[in-house]
Order: sequence, then C-alpha cells, then structure tokens
Amino acid sequence: MWKTILRRVLVMIPQLFVLSLLIFILASFMPGDPFTGLITPESDPNRLEELREAAGFYDPWYVQYYNWIVNAAQGDFGKSYTYKIAVADLIGDRALNTFWLSLLSVVLLYLIAIPLGVLAGRYQDTFLDKTIVLYSFISYAIPTFVLSLIFLFLFGYQFHWFPTTGTVDIKYDQGSWGYIWSKIYHMLLPAITYAILGTTGVIQYLRSEIIDSKSMDYVRTARSKGIPIRKVYSKHIFRNSLLPIAAFLGFTITGLLGGSIFIETIFGYPGMGQLFVQSITSRDYSVITALVLLLGFLTLLGSLLSDIIMSIVDPRIRID
Amino acid sequence: MTGELLTIKDLHTGFRIKDTYYDAVDGVSITLKKNEILAIVGESGCGKSTLATSIIGLHDHNKTKVQGEISYNGLNLALLDEDNFNKVRGEEIGMIFQDPLSALNPLMRIGEQIEEGLIYHTNLSKDAREKRVLELLSQVGIPKPKRVIRQFPHQLSGGMRQRVIIAIAISCKPKIIIADEPTTALDVTIQAQILDLLIDLQAETGAGIILITHDLGVVAEVADRVAVMYAGQIIEEAPVDELFSNPQHPYTRSLFNSIPQMNSEDDKLQVIQGLVPSLVKLPRTGCRFSSRIPWIPARAHEENPILHEISPGHLVRCTCWQHFHFEGERGGSFQ
Ligand SMILES: Nc1ncnc2c1ncn2[C@@H]1O[C@H](COP(=O)(O)OP(=O)(O)O)[C@@H](O)[C@H]1O
Ligand SMILES: [Mg+2]
Repeated sequence: MWKTILRRVLVMIPQLFVLSLLIFILASFMPGDPFTGLITPESDPNRLEELREAAGFYDPWYVQYYNWIVNAAQGDFGKSYTYKIAVADLIGDRALNTFWLSLLSVVLLYLIAIPLGVLAGRYQDTFLDKTIVLYSFISYAIPTFVLSLIFLFLFGYQFHWFPTTGTVDIKYDQGSWGYIWSKIYHMLLPAITYAILGTTGVIQYLRSEIIDSKSMDYVRTARSKGIPIRKVYSKHIFRNSLLPIAAFLGFTITGLLGGSIFIETIFGYPGMGQLFVQSITSRDYSVITALVLLLGFLTLLGSLLSDIIMSIVDPRIRID
Repeated sequence: MTGELLTIKDLHTGFRIKDTYYDAVDGVSITLKKNEILAIVGESGCGKSTLATSIIGLHDHNKTKVQGEISYNGLNLALLDEDNFNKVRGEEIGMIFQDPLSALNPLMRIGEQIEEGLIYHTNLSKDAREKRVLELLSQVGIPKPKRVIRQFPHQLSGGMRQRVIIAIAISCKPKIIIADEPTTALDVTIQAQILDLLIDLQAETGAGIILITHDLGVVAEVADRVAVMYAGQIIEEAPVDELFSNPQHPYTRSLFNSIPQMNSEDDKLQVIQGLVPSLVKLPRTGCRFSSRIPWIPARAHEENPILHEISPGHLVRCTCWQHFHFEGERGGSFQ
C-alpha cells in the first residue's frame, strides 16, 4: 500500500509540472501588471520601467518560468506586490485558516446531511421524505451569496450571535482553550452557511443510494434471514449506501478549499478564498499563481486521498 | 412421510402498476410434503419467483398484495406482519437465490453474514455461533472454513458463494428450503455439484424443498413432484416420473420439446412460439395458453379452466390437452 501511495505521489510531479506551465502561460496573458495600479498623474514613467526591469518583466518567458518554478520548488513564490511580504508567508496563515474552516464545514455538512439523507431514503415517499427533499431543493436553489448575506445580517448584525470578522479574539493566549473555542466560534457562521449549501448534493445522493440499495439482492438475502428490519438497514443498506460518500470525502474536502471564495469574502474571514479575490483585484500575480498552483495540488491530493479512503472502506478495492 | 408441511390455497400475489393490482400469482394451490423436493418449472416471467417470495414474505407491502392461504404449522403466513414473519423467515423457512454474485453483502465478511441469522434465531453464545458457522461451511463443502469466514464475497468463486448462501439458508435448520433457480447462474459442472449438495442436505435434514427452475434436466435429476406454471397459474402437476413419461398440457409438451435431444433422428422440433404475456396484457379469463396455440379451435378449451385429476396425483388445467396437436401435425377429433 505504501509503495502505491509513493508511486501515486511521484506521478503527481509531472502533473504538477504541466499544471504550473499552464498557470504560468495563463498568467502571462492577464492584462496589466501590478504597477499599472500604481500609476498616478505624478508617477514617473521611467521609474515604473525600472521597477518592471528589476522585477524581470522583460526577460523571455522561459527564463521567467524557470526562475519562478525553481524558486517555487523551494517554497519561495516571490513577494506579494501589495502586502510586501513573502507569498509563502502570506498564504501560509491563510491556508491554515481555510483548512480549519473547511474541516469544520465538512463535519457540519455530514452531521446535517447524512441523517437527513438516510431518513429520506428509508422513509421514501412519506411526509418526512417529502419535507427533506423540499428542504434540499430550497438549499440548492439559494445562491451562495444570498444565503451568506441573510445569515450574516440576521445572526451576525441583528442578533449578534456570531462575530462578523476576524478569526479569533485577541484577548486569549495562543493555544489556550479559550483561544481554540474563539477560533471555532469565529468559523461557525461561515461554516454553517457553507455546510447548509453543500447538503443538497449529499442528501439527494444518499437518498437515491438507499432507495437503490433496498432492491439489491443482498438486501433480499438479509431479509430472508429473518433479522429485524433496523438491522437490515444499519448493517446492509446504510453501509453500502455510505460507501460512495466516504469515497468522495477526499474530493469534498479539497472542493471546499477551492470553493471558499464567496464565503470567506462575504464573512470577512481571512482565508485563501478571500486572499484570492483580493489578489485578483489588485493583480497580485505572484499570489494568484501560487494560489492556483496550490489549489491544483490540493485537487490532486484530494483524488489520492479518495483512493486511499476507498481502499480502506471497500474490501473489494485494495491498492497494493 | 406423507405429512403436509406447507399448504397453499388460492394464492394471489398482485403488483401495483399505476394504481391497479395485477396478479403475478393468480390462484395457485399446492402442497409441499415433508421430505419432498417439489419442483416448480415454467418460462421466465410466469410467476415462479413471485410465488417463492410470497411464501417467505419478502414483498413490499406498499406495492404488493398477497391474498389467500399459506398454511404452515397452523399459521397463515399471508397474514403475518413483518415482525412476526421474522420468526418464521430464516428459522422455519430458508431461501436460496438465483445469482450468488449479487446475493451477498459485498462489505461484510462471510462469517458475519452466516452468523447473522443465528444471533436472532438461536441463543448460542458468540463462540458457539462461530463453531456453528464453521460446521455449516464444512457441511456445504467449503474447504478451509477457518479462512473463509474472514473473507469477503468477492474473494470467492460463484460456486463457493452459492454454497455460502446455502449455508445461510440452512443455518437455523429450517423445515422448508426454497431454492429459486439456484444453479442458473453457474457453470455446468458447478451446477451438478450444487444440485448434489441440495439432495444430500435434503436427505440429512429431512427438510421439504421447493426448487424453482426452468431447466427440466434439473427437475429430472432431483425432484419428487413437479408443478408446471404458466402465466401465474399451475397448469399441470404430477409426480416426476409421471410427468416425464406422460406430459399432457400443451405447454408442458412444448417445454419438453424445447430440450434438444442428443440422439433424435427428427431434427424438426415442435416448439410453440411466443412469450409469456406481461402482467398488464395477460388475459384473465379463459385458457391462458389459447393465444399461443391458435390452431386449436376455441371449443377445445374450457370456459373457466380448472385443474382436472386425470390419474392419481396428475393434474392438468383446461380440456385443450385432449385435442392438442402441434402446428402442422395431423389434427385430432375436431376435423
Ligand atoms: N416487483 C414487481 N413489480 C411489478 N411486476 C413484477 C415484479 N416482480 C415481478 N413482476 C412481474 O411478475 C411476473 C412474474 O415474475 P416472476 O415471478 O419474477 O417470474 P419468474 O420467476 O417465473 O421468471 C412478470 O411479468 C414480472 O414482470
Ligand atoms: Mg424468477
């Protein structure tokens, strides 16, 4: 198994190379440069040219690419033009914030969606099922930003149940329980919003998996043993229906990492998504390219993670 | 020896299709005796599986209506609710299914799947159950049972999986075993092994077996008595020797003719064309087979065909068999 994982990681290297090349080419097509934003009637055009020269803007593209990728491989993604600090440092903190937010979102998402999907599938066509399906359609129909704004307005500004910016209260010492709770508390509202928006897919998927499983031959065999129906569900139907959900876990987590753009921006949560939007508006290339590369890397990692999870939960799949 | 184990009287099992119930089993009456292997034959779609699953109560009550009498041990199984049925299913009646590749839970170890029924129908301890599982695996001829209980279904061949399913069915020593096409999905050599196993188990346990098949070769090999089904009804029933030497109903005769004979000089087989009508299109009055033998005049059929006992234990539905000849053959008394 470890050999296979190592091999998969090695295969990721050429994939990452192609990805980085694509990102680099796309970035070079983007209009303007970070200095365009600095131009004012008073600015000296010669000074700007000097800056561009110094930053290597006039080197051939392959030289630029080579410099970028060699540095990137060493964790040096250059400096953010707007923040004036190393991109790696800038992203580091943000990525961690986003990671925790995504993790909390996934946990909440499954806490809400799995019971609902299971109930809807088990009690198919009953009032309960119809209510859950209706809920999932509504959560599907609401655009992210609308629900985020409503929640932010109601629970953040009207009722003051949740903080509306930042990631932690500064009054706590780092590492204390109060500090950790405060971090979670700050993540809670965006995470709940995020989780609710993600439930639709999981509920619908699980519901139809359960309905399909009910008519499977092995369920008939289980019933023919004369065991209580709740056992038929818990040991046979649910186990098999949850399998694909577990298998998608890897993708779900990385999907959330990449999908956090709206949520973080609206909730003022300083994560990668928010940083991404900011860097696009300020044309902070080195940050954008680093972020896209990171997201690409995470997607590859997600698929590896999914394969590993799959091999653990499904006895038919063994990677060795 | 002649004791009746299971008596079915006028059983109707209907499936709901667009708010109307259509009977797939349409007035079946039959008995299973102790120590007997009763075969039920017929083309696919004539209601054999529906009959089997009605006996063991596997239908979804929201979409299926089971009416009539299925008497077992003083109980009418057709009236039992899910909880009460669970005391009969697995314990008194075991079932073996057609496709061993899909009939086992892919995520559960073999041992656990066999043990499940034992948990609810016996009060054996955990260790005793494991011993019993190992015993069952040996009984159904699985080598290295100690290893197999830890394995998952995909690690076993089709034949081995069918043996596991048989082990599940007999785990609580049921009085009745229903086997729905237990060998259809298997290779010919494996088929013979599984049939031998069934015969041995029957002899060992004294259970009554209902064997569903569309293969007359299988019937000849194992059955004591045969019922032939067509379109939800039994159209002929007889002890196996009688049926093979003296088949009467046109449908039965056609089934026999559809088996290719190795040493037949006559290579022109007389087979009746056509298919079992679908549930919705099935005519519910008159002789159901008449549409497939249009060269037989209408007056040869009974208006409401019933089973007639033409010799002891040999029942045939309708009167058309008396006037039947294959298409193109010289006709009988109606010219
Ligand atoms: N769950 C069901 N819902 C509706 N129709 C069914 C269902 N199961 C079987 N049928 C129909 O009932 C008839 C008998 O089917 P079945 O008992 O499976 O026949 P057999 O086992 O002899 O091949 C067929 O016409 C089939 O299409
Ligand atoms: Mg069938």
